[in-house]
Amino acid sequence: MARSLGRYTWQFDRVFLVGEAAVVGPKEGEGPLRDDYDGIFSCPYAGQPNWEKAEQSFLRDACEKALEKAGKAKEEVGLFVAGDLMNQLTTSSFVARSLSLPYLGVFSACATMAEALAVAALAVDSEAESLVMTGTASHNATAERQYRYPTEYGAQKADTAPCTVSGGGAALLGRDSPGGAGRVRVAAATLGKVVDLGAKDPLNMATAMVPAAADTLAVHFSEMKRDPSDYDLIVTGDLGFHGMPVLRDWIRRHGYDLGDRYSDCGALIYSPTQPEVFNGGSGSACCAVVTFGHLVRRLRRGELRRVLVAATGSLHSTVSARQGETIPAICHAVVLERET
Amino acid sequence: MVKQHRPPRPLVRNAVRAFAVGGLVCDLGQWIQSLYMRWGGFDREAAANPTAATLVFAAVLLTGLGVYDRFAQWAGAGLAVPVTGFANAMSASAIEARSEGLVLGVGANMFKMAGPVIVFGVVAAFFVALIRAVLPRLIG
Repeated sequence: MARSLGRYTWQFDRVFLVGEAAVVGPKEGEGPLRDDYDGIFSCPYAGQPNWEKAEQSFLRDACEKALEKAGKAKEEVGLFVAGDLMNQLTTSSFVARSLSLPYLGVFSACATMAEALAVAALAVDSEAESLVMTGTASHNATAERQYRYPTEYGAQKADTAPCTVSGGGAALLGRDSPGGAGRVRVAAATLGKVVDLGAKDPLNMATAMVPAAADTLAVHFSEMKRDPSDYDLIVTGDLGFHGMPVLRDWIRRHGYDLGDRYSDCGALIYSPTQPEVFNGGSGSACCAVVTFGHLVRRLRRGELRRVLVAATGSLHSTVSARQGETIPAICHAVVLERET
Repeated sequence: MVKQHRPPRPLVRNAVRAFAVGGLVCDLGQWIQSLYMRWGGFDREAAANPTAATLVFAAVLLTGLGVYDRFAQWAGAGLAVPVTGFANAMSASAIEARSEGLVLGVGANMFKMAGPVIVFGVVAAFFVALIRAVLPRLIG
């Protein structure tokens, strides 16, 4: 049964990743993790008439592939927890409409994946549900349209600008999983608080999110009575190439040194030499496809034993940014462990 | 700490590229204008309108083909300041809103990016005209 450690952390007893899948668009499919995805769409439209529908098909496809890999039928799933970046969570809700399952829509911007995973794990560990599906998706063009400029508009972007990942990731959580040793479980989750130190530039969100990430990581280490060295890998969500060194420095203030165990999903998903990736990947799919595609594969292969995924999100809206408000940020962390 | 890690903005590189590309666009415009004057039978002033239309058409075509934004990422203000930037702002907004329908989509969103340029262009023109009209009388 799940129990609380301190104010922010939940520790789970028996929550396993039963099946997971990651599907991506063409740009991600050309990135360094191309071999770790379950599906790569060759066109950003994904065979749909518009970007919004393409984003939905990323999520739907990831959910179907996760069910298929787990060998489960849709009817066995008791709850669907999903989120995305679109206004009113249209992507998740429209996918939930076709799945026709009990559904909770969650939002933490680019940190949604960890929030969904924490909620789903709690539902499983409390024995309220025996099989729960979570998923998040984002699409570069829908995010550009909603948060920035029309996709074909020729505004010059700075190197600190995020590149929203096109893709979707989904995972099935259950109380048991076949496979004995090598099973991957969700061991704990640390929920973040909203941190805002006054950063204002929506085209440099990484620096707005660093304090939130450092705060959640420090709280996690202290409440779990662990050190960074207890993890084989610590990844943040989408701080990117320029945010990573800032976090390394920032977390030293809390007395922790991340060393060479530290990486970032946004920096892993693209190579800095790819055209127009700027600061690296971002968006609610970024953390999901890297975790469910790349990291869980490495856990299952035994290359990693314990991973801390600290998903980061900026909670501003276009209206709040134009009204001169600063960018509140949040970071939720989940621990994935391979059973020995 | 954040400032210390912020990558330096390549101001010199951006300025050089904008200068070169902006200059080339103007060169191209001049060249098109000369063509209209030599073979189109326009005089210098009348040739300006078809010249702008040709540049606008080229920019809209490149936007529709999905390559204008890539050039603009490289060239920056060099492509944003000439009339091509305005054409790109309107056509990109129109393309983006196409899935929302013709009237409330394309019609309503077309001026989303270009609207401020028109609004403040008209306001600035009004004040300049006002000064032009009032100043000679005050002095004279």
